[in-house]
Amino acid sequence: MQPFISISGPAAPLMAANVDTDVIIRIERLSDFGRDQLAPYAFEAWRFRPDGAEQPDFVLNQDAFRSAPILLAGRNFGCGSSREGAVWALNCIGVRAVIAPSFGGIFRNNCYQNGTLPVVLPEEVIDGFAAIARTQPEAPFTVDLDRQVVVPPNGKPVPFEIDALRRRGLMAGQDDLGLTAQYAEQISDFQKRDQVDRPWVWIDEGLQKN
Amino acid sequence: MTLGCGVPRSAALFKKADQGNSDVQRTLFDKVWDSHVVAEMGDGYQLLHVDRNLLHDLSGGKALADLEARGLSVRSPSLNVAVPDHAISSAPGRHATSTDISARLAPIFRQRAEAAGIRYFDVNDPEQGIVHVIGPELGLTLPGLMITCGDSHTSTQGAVGAIAFGIGSTELLHVLATQTIVQAKPKRMRVRFDGALGAGVTPKDMILHLIGQIGAAGGDGHALEYAGPAIEALDIEGRLTICNMSIECGAKMGMIAPDDTTFSYLAGRPFAPKGVIWDRAIATWRGLPTDEEAIFDTEIVVDTGLIAPQITWGTSPEHVAGVVDRVPDPADAADTAQKTAWEAALDYIGLTPGAPLEGTAVDHVFIGSCTNSRISDLRHAAKIADGRKVADGVSAWVVPGSQSVKRQAEAEGLDRVFEAAGFQWREPGCSQCVAANGEVVAPGKRAISTTNRNFVGRQGPQARTHLASPTMAAAAAVTGCITDVRKLMDT
Ligand code: SF4
Repeated sequence: MQPFISISGPAAPLMAANVDTDVIIRIERLSDFGRDQLAPYAFEAWRFRPDGAEQPDFVLNQDAFRSAPILLAGRNFGCGSSREGAVWALNCIGVRAVIAPSFGGIFRNNCYQNGTLPVVLPEEVIDGFAAIARTQPEAPFTVDLDRQVVVPPNGKPVPFEIDALRRRGLMAGQDDLGLTAQYAEQISDFQKRDQVDRPWVWIDEGLQKN
Repeated sequence: MTLGCGVPRSAALFKKADQGNSDVQRTLFDKVWDSHVVAEMGDGYQLLHVDRNLLHDLSGGKALADLEARGLSVRSPSLNVAVPDHAISSAPGRHATSTDISARLAPIFRQRAEAAGIRYFDVNDPEQGIVHVIGPELGLTLPGLMITCGDSHTSTQGAVGAIAFGIGSTELLHVLATQTIVQAKPKRMRVRFDGALGAGVTPKDMILHLIGQIGAAGGDGHALEYAGPAIEALDIEGRLTICNMSIECGAKMGMIAPDDTTFSYLAGRPFAPKGVIWDRAIATWRGLPTDEEAIFDTEIVVDTGLIAPQITWGTSPEHVAGVVDRVPDPADAADTAQKTAWEAALDYIGLTPGAPLEGTAVDHVFIGSCTNSRISDLRHAAKIADGRKVADGVSAWVVPGSQSVKRQAEAEGLDRVFEAAGFQWREPGCSQCVAANGEVVAPGKRAISTTNRNFVGRQGPQARTHLASPTMAAAAAVTGCITDVRKLMDT
């Protein structure tokens, strides 16, 4: 997975609350296409009209934001379905960081597995960023994970919180499998003990009907 | 107090719990969580043992392939179970390859699962069904277990006192390879449903009402426990419906303390323990309910008796109202983010602010999904359908949640009731809940669905979804419009 240290570029304001993963990527696109082929389908219900033409009002269809690496979003971004394809679709259109007041919990974990940074900041701060992005669409924001700050164009750095373990994983380019390779022995010990303590979990070496 | 659809989320509903001695007094959630910690990873993260991991057709075959590509194998095959449900057809006479997508996914899924030594229930096997329906039904889902599945509605299975939650594709690889998962411990929230349900009001209405009150992010970062007399009075199927939609208020996990209702539901199920091991298990499970003095980070109380039958009006489950209410006005939204979302939702769904919800014409009705496709759901819906006819110009489907539900319904003659009324009686699976199998609601059509998500395009591009209970769905089918089901019930 691609490490995340710091990125700079335009920040696209997509400010509605509760943007769900179904609308980020339709489920059937994930079985029809590989994880790096999703760019044409990200947000398709909003990017395109039923006749296939571009919806000119949609923020990601505005020239400055077409390949914006940063998304400014409303609360509970990425709620709903567990599909990791939502993060892959964002990556396909070049989004590497999403700044929102809160995120869907599964989506947030999926970000950490793909080198994508979910940044939590207060709604007022993001509203302020969105106002800047609307008036100066090309002006670059910087999201710096090393320093844990977002720097708006010509503005003061705004610090954000992130769990140390997640920061480490993102900066090293390691997903969860990378983080837990060292625990094999503890897992064996747990399972051995558990087969004695909770045999109903392990009936007949597993789920044999009895 | 009931909150109408236009009323913003009420801060008064949240009250902080008093401080107390939390060292010895633990919640149901803490007890189950703590017993699964394999290792402390630092920074508040823990490595947790996963007792059951369930695989479905949309992501299962791919996950097993990706695992191999990373040079890994399945660590504990016997703790994993696989079943096709999302992509398969629900048409009568269907088989594994009846839809294009299933033809691509199902054979590989089966072959890879079997090669990995994972139990696989095939499309027309007697155990097949929607993954969250068959877990409890087969006794795979037990109190005190840690359960994962690459599907956000895994929260359903918390209804028997398990911690059950959805995970992404990479997390799924992690579970397959290590039988563990990396998680930070969420906060705890208890929702007490006081009082009792009114006539014509169902568990679906309880959970939709809650989502309407606390919002689609109201449970963010929390594990929910549902408690109180109205929960204790529910059978397991009703509890499954409630826990199912925990994720719709932003909580990955929702659970209910196991009690005698739970134990008698599970006793004798194919994979539930038997004999002395059952006795030992019960003794352990009796210790799981939340201690009296245990502290929750947040407590919410709902007056169940004031809940009316619910119906959604927008494109988030929090866009919900009583059926007697009116479509809200974006001018009344609490803030800009909500206003933007409401405007977009009303535009998509094709409703006018201020119009009554009741009487809105519908095109299609779908009764099914892991929220509401169990035998009690079908019995209640059949009661409304019995002796009536699906309205002209309306199509209506019933998709049982599992083969077992289907067999039981047919033994009771429910299939004949539905068919006589003009409903289609179909084969078990997810079907139109997510339309991944191509069974879409046509563009622009308005559907009343017993499912859990009314998102943009969820049931197909441009499809307009209203979430409701099985009886409300049946009522809409026979009247052709959104209807207060209480008007069709014998009193
Ligand atoms: S029925 Fe719907 S919500 Fe449930 S598992 Fe299937 S697609 Fe997901």
